[in-house]
This record gives sequence, structure tokens and C-alpha cells, in this order.
Amino acid sequence: MTMISKGLFLQGITKAYDGVEAVKNISLEIKSGEFFTLLGPSGCGKTTLLRMIAGLELQDSGTILLEDQDITRLPAIKRQINTVFQNYALFPHLSIFENIAFGLRARKIAEQEIHARVQNALDMLELGEMPKRYPHQLSGGQKQRVALARALVNEPKVLLLDEPMSALDAKLRAQVQVELRRLQKKLGQTFILVTHDQDEALVVSDRIAVMKDGQIVQFGTPEAVYDFPKNKFVAQFLGAANLLSGRFHDGIFHTDIGALELKTLPSWEQGTIAIRPEWIKISDTKPEKNGIRAKVNEIIYRGTNLDLGVEPGGIRVRSNTYKRFNIGDEVWLDLAPEDLVVLNE
Amino acid sequence: MNRLIIWYGELLTQKKLIKRGALFLGPGMLWLLIFLVLPGLILVLVSFAGRGAYGEMVWEYSFDNYKRLMGYGIFGWTPDYLVILLRSVWVALVTTGLSVVLSYPLCFFIARKPERTRYVWLMMVIIPFWTNMVIRTYSWFLILAPELPFAKLAAYFKIISPGMALYPSAFAVYLGMVSMFLPFVALPLFSSIERLDWTLVEAAQDLYSSNLRIFMHAILPQTLPGLSVGIILSFVPAMGMFVVPDLLGGAKYMLVGNLIQQQFGTSRDWAFGAAISMGLMILTMFSLYLYRRKNKGMELL
Repeated sequence: MTMISKGLFLQGITKAYDGVEAVKNISLEIKSGEFFTLLGPSGCGKTTLLRMIAGLELQDSGTILLEDQDITRLPAIKRQINTVFQNYALFPHLSIFENIAFGLRARKIAEQEIHARVQNALDMLELGEMPKRYPHQLSGGQKQRVALARALVNEPKVLLLDEPMSALDAKLRAQVQVELRRLQKKLGQTFILVTHDQDEALVVSDRIAVMKDGQIVQFGTPEAVYDFPKNKFVAQFLGAANLLSGRFHDGIFHTDIGALELKTLPSWEQGTIAIRPEWIKISDTKPEKNGIRAKVNEIIYRGTNLDLGVEPGGIRVRSNTYKRFNIGDEVWLDLAPEDLVVLNE
Repeated sequence: MNRLIIWYGELLTQKKLIKRGALFLGPGMLWLLIFLVLPGLILVLVSFAGRGAYGEMVWEYSFDNYKRLMGYGIFGWTPDYLVILLRSVWVALVTTGLSVVLSYPLCFFIARKPERTRYVWLMMVIIPFWTNMVIRTYSWFLILAPELPFAKLAAYFKIISPGMALYPSAFAVYLGMVSMFLPFVALPLFSSIERLDWTLVEAAQDLYSSNLRIFMHAILPQTLPGLSVGIILSFVPAMGMFVVPDLLGGAKYMLVGNLIQQQFGTSRDWAFGAAISMGLMILTMFSLYLYRRKNKGMELL
């Protein structure tokens, strides 16, 4: 019995450049209609993987299936997949209208339908005023919307986004992330985003694959990946994390800063656990379990919160209280057992 | 007048800046005035003069030379000179067109070479420049000689009769002209192709484009700056070329360059030669004007 699937399957995808493996035997299933993100530092192979899905790069081995159809050897012009490029790659000599109509014209769709579909795309992305302008007359955010419209107007089965927000300033980026997610939910189309920005990944995605050195390190919903990082790399790449290493015996984890009780028991004897700065509570009295006496030696004011650096152990704590601290203050840190994440590596 | 100005980081007075500008510009302007503007004006003057019985200049001003160029002679109207003018435009167009068509694959080939060997390939395009034009043209005599395979092949296919060389002929003229002007097109085009943004090509591929569409929208607009320079650098001198058509075309393929040379040489009719030169200049400027107008839309880039 064959499985009928509407999603995108990658099976054992491998790609090497000059003998260096950029993508190592990656297998993935991306469900139809989900917002999927490939997250990782630069050089982790995420863009290479995206380009292979687009048909702009040929894998050394592996299979790509789209809606159960083998597209492994299909050229880019025959794949019903469109891409939003990192620098948008708009055609500078064509008007915004013609840029958006580009893919439709190439497929010789009737003029009337082209007009209707481009107009629809212009409205959807709030580019109503723009059709006669040229790319060089547009702001970064507008260009990005045109690039999105140019891809979406073709009604691709999968939309690929290659770091589409890296050229936008921080405030606009935060706004565009929310809009992008709303758009994807409205259209119900499959989006695959490549980014190195963890905030972006957490905001927009249904599922995230965290990549490192050409491999997928962890895979899951944003909550799962953030709350239960598998290893040191994921813990530190997504958000901030305090890593505590030590020995585990007789049900207690022994570290340099003291003995801690754990909720999930590790399978190792020697290893590392993680706790996020915002999970640590600060109190004046000694907590019941896992209390650590510490001294504040750095205070960073961030408006919505304070970031504290405490000794011993160089632990970072995020304080949301309006309580004032001074350098040298002695406090109790409450590292609740359920907040301590046992790492595998 | 002694306002202070910061000129790219240097503190100056306005007066000093103007003085410096004049110092830099002066010699060049003077050079152009003496060797371009004045001779140009003299040429205009001479083109209205006449020729004496022994080839001397006669300072009687008339439009006779221009009428003659238009074909009105003592024996009535003949299109001979106009045909030569139009043929020159045609040869320059074909030469430039062929050079462009050949330059694109050549430049892509060189641009895709690794940086180490790229400049070796580029040198091979440039090196012929170091050889004298006449010698380069004469070397075609050898290549096209009746004893060599090219002529023999042409004779085998009955294009020429056996024992003949491939020159003088229109074919030889085009061959010589293209080999002369190819580098003028290829070098500026290469500088554009080297900086080509390939993501536009990928975007066109991603958007279902045929190869022609990819070229028209992702490659041509990006290479237009270099291509324009190349076209002008090739078309303008090709219009006035006389060495190549003279040697490889013989009397059968006279171009305006040869005609002018003839007037200043054997015919000893400087006034008519000046008038033809003016005609060539006007024709060239008109062609460039047409070209620029056609490209205005593209120059948005």
C-alpha cells in the first residue's frame, strides 16, 4: 500500500562541494499547508537544502517527492515551487506589475487572467499604489512584498523563502514576521523559510528544524525546541541558556555551584543541563529545593526587564520584577527541578 | 568668494578650488581646441571649396561637393556615392552585430573560468591589438590563400572556382572586420558579464522562463552598459575603416573610408574628401542618435 501524501518528502539528501559535505543525508517530511523553518548558523547547509528543493542545485544523492511525485530530476522551470530570494532578485527594468506577472507571462496565460491574478496579488500584499513603479523606487519592505507577490501569484505548491527579512531593519522585521505568518495561515499554502534568526523562526513557524554542519540537530514545534533543547548547540542557538556541567549520582546532580535535584533523570553520569535565564526565580528567602546563594555582579537594563549576571558560575538571570538591584547584592536563585533540561550531549 | 569648503575631507577656499580645477582642465581643453575643434572647423570650410585643374585647392565656396556626394554629377544623377555610404553603414552594422553575437558566448566562457586562468584568456583577446593592423590584415591573405584548406573546401563546395583564393570578397571583408572589432565589443561586454548578478537568472528560471526570456530579462538588461560601449566602440570606427576593405575587398567592395582616402590620395580632391568626411560624420552622429533614442527605456538601469 502506498501512502498518499500532499507534502514534500526529502529522502537521504546529500550534497558536497569540493569534497566538503554541505548537506549530510537529510531526510524530512514537510506537511502540506505548514510553515516550516530551517534554522541554523551561516554555513550549516540550510540554503543549499532550500536551493535543492527549488531545483537550483543538484543533490549528489537522495530523492525529493512532492505530492508523491518524484521531482528529483525535474528542472526548476518545471517544479511548481517558487522562491523569494534573499536580495529579492526583482527585474530592475520591469515595472512592479510586470515583475509580478513575470511567471504568468512565461507560461503564456491569457492576458485577462494575468491582470486579474496580478491585481489580486497586489491587493493581498497591499501594493495597490505600486504597479507602475520600478523596483529602484521602492523601500526594502515594499520590495520584499513584491518578491512575495511575484512568487505567490503562480500559486506554487511550496513557497521557499531564503532569508527574506535579512535586509529589513529590526522593527520592520518584527512586523513583517507577524504579517507573513498571517498570510500563510490565510492561504494555507506550504511555506519553507530559511533563516539564522531564532526569533523569526519562533514567531512564524509551525515546525522548526535546527541545522548544524549539514545535519538536522533537532526538529519540532517552536515550543518543543525552545523548552526542551536536545543539546548544548540548540540550547544556546535558540535563546539564551545557562549550561551547568557536573556529575550525576545517587539521584543528585553535583555541580560547582551546588547539588541540584532533577525531575527528568539523565542517562549519563557526567554531563550538562541547561536552564533559561527567564526560568530562574530570584527570592530573598531560601527556596525549598535547589536554592543557590549568589551575588549580583552585573546589571543590564533592557527596559522590559533586567539581565543580571551572578556569581558563582557566571549564571545569567532575567528578572521581570521592578525590584531594584545593586552590584554586590546577595540573592537566592530558585532553580526549580522541572525547569532544568537534561542535555544529551 | 573666499568661502571655506570641505572638498572630500580637504579644507579649501572656493577660490583655490576653482584655480585647481582650471589647472587640471586647462591643458586638455587646449589640446582638444588645437587638435580637434580647429581642424574640424577647417574641414567644414574646405568641404565647401573646389578643386583646380592640377588638384590644388580653389577657394570658391559652393555646395558642389555635397551635390556630387548626393549623386548629381556632370553626367546626371548616379547613386554610386550613396551606395558606398549606405554600404559602409551596412558593413559597420553587420560587423558590430556579428561581433556582439560572437562576444556573448566568448565572454561567458572567459567569465566562468577560475580567476587564475581568466586573465590568460582575456590576454588572448587583447594580444592581437599589439600587432599592427595592416600586418594583421595581411595575415588573412595567408589564411585564405588558394593552397590552404579553407579555400580548397570552398572550391570543393563550388563556392569559388578551384585555384582561387577566398579574397578579395565581401566574405573576406567581414572576416577581417569582425576580427578587427571583436575585442572592442568583447572587452566592455566582459566587464559587465563578470559582474552579472546570477540570482536574476535563477529567478527567471524559478519563474518558468524559456532560454530566450532568460536572456532578454535577466542577462541583456544587466549587460547593456558594457554592450552599449562595445557597440559604439565598434560601430563608429567600423564606419570609417579603409585598410581592411582595401586589402581584403579589393575594388569590388569599396567603403566610404576608401573613398575618402582616395580623394586625399590619388584623386587629389581634398575638398570633395572633406565633404565625404562631413557626410560620414553626420551619418555616424545620426546613427548614434537613433541608437540612444531606442535605448532610452533601457537606460533606467
